[in-house]
Amino acid sequence: MSFVSVRNVWQSYDQRPILERVNIDIDEGDFISIVGASGCGKSTFLRLLLAEEVPSRGEIRIDDGPIAREPGRERGVVFQRYSVFPHMTVRQNIVAGEAFGTRWGWLGGKARRAAEARADAMLDRIGLSHVADNYPATLSGGMQQRLAIGQALTAKPRILMLDEPFGALDPGTRLSMHDFLMELRRETGMTVFMVTHDLAEGFKLGDRVLVFDKPRWDPQDPAAFGATITYDFDARNGGIPFQTIEETRYDPALA
Amino acid sequence: MRLLNLVPKRPAAILLAAVPFGLVLLAYTVGSELRLAANPSDRLLPALSTIGNTAVDLFTQPDRRSGDILLWQDTLVSLQRLFLGVGLASVVALGLGIAIGMLPYARATLSSFVAVVSMVPPLALLPILFIVFGLGEVSKVALITIGITPFMIRDLSQRVQDIPHEEIIKAQTLGGSTNVIASRVVLPQILPRLISSIRLSLGSAWLFLIAAEAVASDVGLGYRIFLVRRYLAMDVILTYVIWITLLAFLIDLALKAFSRRAFPWMGASL
Repeated sequence: MSFVSVRNVWQSYDQRPILERVNIDIDEGDFISIVGASGCGKSTFLRLLLAEEVPSRGEIRIDDGPIAREPGRERGVVFQRYSVFPHMTVRQNIVAGEAFGTRWGWLGGKARRAAEARADAMLDRIGLSHVADNYPATLSGGMQQRLAIGQALTAKPRILMLDEPFGALDPGTRLSMHDFLMELRRETGMTVFMVTHDLAEGFKLGDRVLVFDKPRWDPQDPAAFGATITYDFDARNGGIPFQTIEETRYDPALA
Repeated sequence: MRLLNLVPKRPAAILLAAVPFGLVLLAYTVGSELRLAANPSDRLLPALSTIGNTAVDLFTQPDRRSGDILLWQDTLVSLQRLFLGVGLASVVALGLGIAIGMLPYARATLSSFVAVVSMVPPLALLPILFIVFGLGEVSKVALITIGITPFMIRDLSQRVQDIPHEEIIKAQTLGGSTNVIASRVVLPQILPRLISSIRLSLGSAWLFLIAAEAVASDVGLGYRIFLVRRYLAMDVILTYVIWITLLAFLIDLALKAFSRRAFPWMGASL
C-alpha cells in the first residue's frame, strides 16, 4: 500500500477546473519534484496535499489515515517567503515547532529547557547556531530558508512540502541549499514534495518528477479544462522515464 | 538637477525645519506689536512676554480659593480621561480587530457593522452620552472610546489580514490551534500596529476630550480654555493650547520610542 495516495482528485474555482483526474501513489521516503508551467495547477496540488484546501472531488490520504480538512502537524511546509515568524528569534522559531502543538502555545520550565537544547542541536545541524538570538529579518535569504526547513522538521511531519523553496535565492546559495537539503533527507528519510520552476533542480533533487499540464486544450476556451499529471519520470539513475505520455488533443468536432 | 533629487544636508535640514515655527512666531510678534502700539490694553494678541509671565504664574501659582495649582490639576484630570478612553479603545480594538481579521465568521458578522458605526459622527452622540451616563467622568471617557474605537478596529483588522497567509498556514502545520495562532503569531505582530494606530488616533482623542470638557465639566484642560474665553484671556488660552500641543507631541514621541524598544524585530520598518 502506498504511503500517500491521491485518488481521482479534481479542484475547481468558480466552476473553472484547475486540476482534473489526478491520481498518484507515493512511496514513503520518496522525494517528489513537481514541475510545470505557470498556472498549471502545481501550487494548487501542493495546497491540496497540505490540506489548506479540500478538493472538489476525490481524496488524498496519508498512510490510509483520515482525509484532512485543515493543515496539521503531519504536514510540514516551507514556502518561498514568509515561512518563519519575524517576531521570534531564530531559536524561538525552532522552539515554536514544538511549542505550538501545546494547549496555549508555550512550553514552561523543564520542557522549555529541553526544547531549547534540542533547538540548539537543530541550529547546529542547519548551521545557524551563531545567529540563534537574531531576528529573521537580519538573516540572508538562504539562512531564512534553512531556518524554515529546520522549523518544519522540528514538528516531525510525515510529509514535507516545499513550495518553490529556493526560488528567491541566488544561484550559488541555491546550490549550497541543494546539498543541505540532500543531507537532511539522507538523515531523516522524509517524504518530500517540492514544487519548482527549475527543471534541472527538479531532476537533481527528486526521485520522481511529476509534470503538470493540461492534456486537453480547447483553443476557443483555454480555461475549459484543468491540468493533471502528464508525465511521471523516474529521476533516479539519471532519470529514465517509465510512464507514457498521456497527452490527447481536444477536438471540438469530436466532443 | 531635478528638485526631487535635491536633499538638504543635516544642518540645513534642521534650519529648514525651524523656519515655519520662526515665521509663525514672527507673524504673531509683529501683529501683537502693531495692536499693542495702537491700544496698550489690547487683549486679543498679548505680547509674548505677557504670555510668558502668565505661563509662569499658571504653572506655579496655586489658586487663591482652592489652594491647588489649576493647570496641573487640569492636566492630571484630562490626561486621566484621555488615557482611560484610549486604553479602553485599545483593548476593545485589539480583541475585535484580531477576531475580525482572523476569523471568517467574526468578519462576516461584524465587519459591515463596524464600517457603518464608524460613520456615526461621535460628537453627535455626545448629548446621548450625557443623558445616559450623566455629566461625570464616564460620559467623557465614553466619547473618546466611541470616537476612536471603530477606526482602530478597522485599522487593526486590516493589519491582521496583512499578515502573510503563509505564516498562518505554517503555524497550523506546527500544530497551532486558533488560540495559539492568535496569541503567539497574530497578537505579537499586531502590537506594534496597535501603537501606531494609537498614535494616529490620539489627535481625534484630544479633539473628543476637549469637546466633552468644553460642554460639561468643572475641571480639565478643555474646560479651562472655554471658561477663560469669557474673559478674553488670550494669554491663558494660548498657554493652554501650547501646553496641550506639547503634551500631545511628547506622548507621540514616547509611544514611538516605546515601539522601537519593545519591538526590536520590526527593524527599520516602524
